[in-house]
Amino acid sequence: MMDALDRNIINTLQHDFPVCDRPFAVLAETLHSTEDELIARVQTMLDSGLLTRFGPMYNAVNMGGALSLCAMKVPEERFDEVTAQVNAFAEVAHNYQRDHEMNMWFVLATETQQELENTLAAVADHTGIPVYNMPKQKEFFVGLHFKA
Amino acid sequence: MSACTSKPEDRVTEMSQTVKHNPLKKDERQLAELDRRIVLATQSGLPVVAEPYRIIAEQLGINTQLLMDRLETMKADHRIRRIGVVPNHYKLGYTANGMSVWDVDDTFIDEAGEQLGQLDMVTHCYQRPRFPPEWTYNLFAMVHGHDRDEVLQKVSQIADLLGSKARKHDILFSTRILKKTGLRLKDKG
Repeated sequence: MMDALDRNIINTLQHDFPVCDRPFAVLAETLHSTEDELIARVQTMLDSGLLTRFGPMYNAVNMGGALSLCAMKVPEERFDEVTAQVNAFAEVAHNYQRDHEMNMWFVLATETQQELENTLAAVADHTGIPVYNMPKQKEFFVGLHFKA
Repeated sequence: MSACTSKPEDRVTEMSQTVKHNPLKKDERQLAELDRRIVLATQSGLPVVAEPYRIIAEQLGINTQLLMDRLETMKADHRIRRIGVVPNHYKLGYTANGMSVWDVDDTFIDEAGEQLGQLDMVTHCYQRPRFPPEWTYNLFAMVHGHDRDEVLQKVSQIADLLGSKARKHDILFSTRILKKTGLRLKDKG
């Protein structure tokens, strides 16, 4: 079970983890804890799966890479087969089934725009289903994170 | 122990002074290569220890200050969104998520996007291309809740907020995660 300190850690560290020699020691002051305690808590929450990541979140597009959200209308009877075909591409980072006529939504991530175009074409070719390419045109500021 | 409050600009200046004798292009190439190695070393996470940056710097054979300078630089130019934790939102009780999609007049897209971004439980908000007639939605907002009802309620609040700026909207609930590996840079060796 999470206690107040766990919640505090999650809420604080979703926003920022300091870049300095002893970051947990610095955080211990604001979180009214100790360096050792915070390290132990973060490790425990990573082990239990309450946290899925600890570290820098890179922005693929600003790293010079390409990223896009893609959608397909997959016939129900072919859904599992097409899932396997799409997931086989290493460039597919996430893939979700959604309850809509556009029922397959996946994120393509590549190091170059050209690789992205090639992968899009290959997915459409392998599956025989058109792929709607919906890269972000603009990202709006999102102020809040998950409140634990 | 260096203070966390030291300004990254100062350190960047210091660093560029140490490399100023080399031709600029070579410097840029070296920095790009160093940054790439830093991404590879940290993209799966930082070690959970008292001095995480020192551990990574040792792995890379560079000094800790240089690593911290590069991380601050990548934060400043938004190659790094942030450094921190990502909670598993399912385990926090946010088990329902719906991708809300909106057909907003292009004239109002910025206003609408900024309004949505400020709402609780909207975690991503993007403008994306339309594909008329099959797909006329141009604004996407991921809405999270403790259950579907909460997500639906939130979406109806958004509809009220946008009023006539949104001609049409829909909500796509995820029914299955088919793959989730995250973004990974390939190690070209």
